[in-house]
Amino acid sequence: MIDPTTGEMIWNVVFIVLKIVAILVPLLLAVAYLTYAERKIIGYMQVRIGPNRVGFRGWLQPIADALKLLMKEIILPTNANRFLFVIAPMLSIAPAMAAWAVFPFTDKLVLANIDASLLYILALTSMGVYGVIIAGWASNSKYAFLGAMRSAAQIVSYEIAMGFALVGVLIAGGSLNLVEIVEAQQGSLLHWFWLPLLPLFLVYFISGVAETNRAPFDVSEGESEIVAGFHVEYSGMAFAVFFLAEYANMILIAALASLMFLGGWLSPFQGSWIESWFAWVPPIFWLLGKTALMLLFFLWFRATFPRYRYDQIMRLGWKVFIPITIVWLVIEAAAVMARIGPWFV
Amino acid sequence: MDFQRLVFYVLAAILVFAAARVITVRNPVHAALHLVLAFFTCAGLWLLLEAEFLAITLVLVYVGAVMVLFLFVVMMLDINTSPLREGFIRYLPVGLSVAALILIEMYLVVRARNFGVEVMAIPQRHAEGYSNVRELGAVLYTDYVYPFEIAAVILLVAIIAAIALTMRKRPETKYQNPAQQIAVRSRDRVRIVEMKAEKKQ
Repeated sequence: MIDPTTGEMIWNVVFIVLKIVAILVPLLLAVAYLTYAERKIIGYMQVRIGPNRVGFRGWLQPIADALKLLMKEIILPTNANRFLFVIAPMLSIAPAMAAWAVFPFTDKLVLANIDASLLYILALTSMGVYGVIIAGWASNSKYAFLGAMRSAAQIVSYEIAMGFALVGVLIAGGSLNLVEIVEAQQGSLLHWFWLPLLPLFLVYFISGVAETNRAPFDVSEGESEIVAGFHVEYSGMAFAVFFLAEYANMILIAALASLMFLGGWLSPFQGSWIESWFAWVPPIFWLLGKTALMLLFFLWFRATFPRYRYDQIMRLGWKVFIPITIVWLVIEAAAVMARIGPWFV
Repeated sequence: MDFQRLVFYVLAAILVFAAARVITVRNPVHAALHLVLAFFTCAGLWLLLEAEFLAITLVLVYVGAVMVLFLFVVMMLDINTSPLREGFIRYLPVGLSVAALILIEMYLVVRARNFGVEVMAIPQRHAEGYSNVRELGAVLYTDYVYPFEIAAVILLVAIIAAIALTMRKRPETKYQNPAQQIAVRSRDRVRIVEMKAEKKQ
């Protein structure tokens, strides 16, 4: 019947699938409650209350929204390309989920600890744009197409700045492996890469906001100009999947920023005299806390800034961010050669 | 047949199918998407060869950037296929001879005598600690550092040349100078004039 090696292999596969479920279910819950947090936080920032009717203080609002979207009809526009229209939302959510495969939650807690994990994440996040472009093209609608074109140009431009910022991280960390990058930030709060790579940190995070098509860079949706951009023709669950992908990408960018620049799961009190007071805190809480802080910035940006004009976005990406990253890479390389401590020893 | 061979054949079949569809589908957008699929499966094949750096870079550069721009352009084209097919018979001999030439050239380079099992060693499995990224980096920046740098410089020249060739000053284009825009003060734009209130007639 089943020989021991086959049994072991099947058990391995089952175990990996269980791990994937253990990552994705909390992720989807986080997405649901990120939408709730967004509405509440922006509400309070604008002196409103936000959702407060469904469940205790509105806690069941995201569940109600998800149910509503599930019940709605998915409408196919006339002359839309049926296959591409249906596959576009999947193309946008699949990379947002697959990128978590190499994401280290602590030094032990990682699904696949591969050598080129930083590169893998960069490659997968660059795939997300296909969902947007294909959705815009397959919808057979002017507005959707305009949104798709804007989004494609924007994502391709900001990806360069983002890639350069990551080059800075891998020079400082001396590795493409995310676990090793975090371990290179051992020491104290001042050893984290946000300080030596401050310009790259800012460029990375702002490019991340642009990559996820969030305000103030949300010209691909631009509801005041092109109604809802690339997903104007989508309804029901197909729309919900785009929504999910956007929020999953936000969480990914925030989590990556905290891994690469804010010391990941390292305690912020490391090396100081109160370190032992917080020794009982599991390391993953630090990572989650930092991620939540970065996510707060996403929401704060949305509540604060008016939308950029399209030519301003292009100017910021090409004429400001890319030169900044190149200059800082040169400075950083010089610092590495000169062994300027405590980061580049 | 072990699992790895199964994966290889599945990926190879998809790759051949996608590559064939690139040149046979009518719709240019579909052709570009099939090319994306071809790149992706190719990256999968490279992963089987333990070349994870090259595989991920293929996805990052070609799928993530080059093909996005391709799609960008192709989607905006309004191709009318009937005039393209008009001269088909007239250009057929030229096309066939070029195709034959390419075929012969490829046969001379890519044939079993050059790439067979006798010539190329069968790739060996590497030990567990093997890092393809590290090996590639070591080779690129030591043994092949000059060819590598020269290739980079040639690419840079190509970028600058492409921009220089296509950039032209058009008098009708309007530019905005953001530095001037944010330097504006209200007193430059609005003049407040004091005057007496006018009486009603």
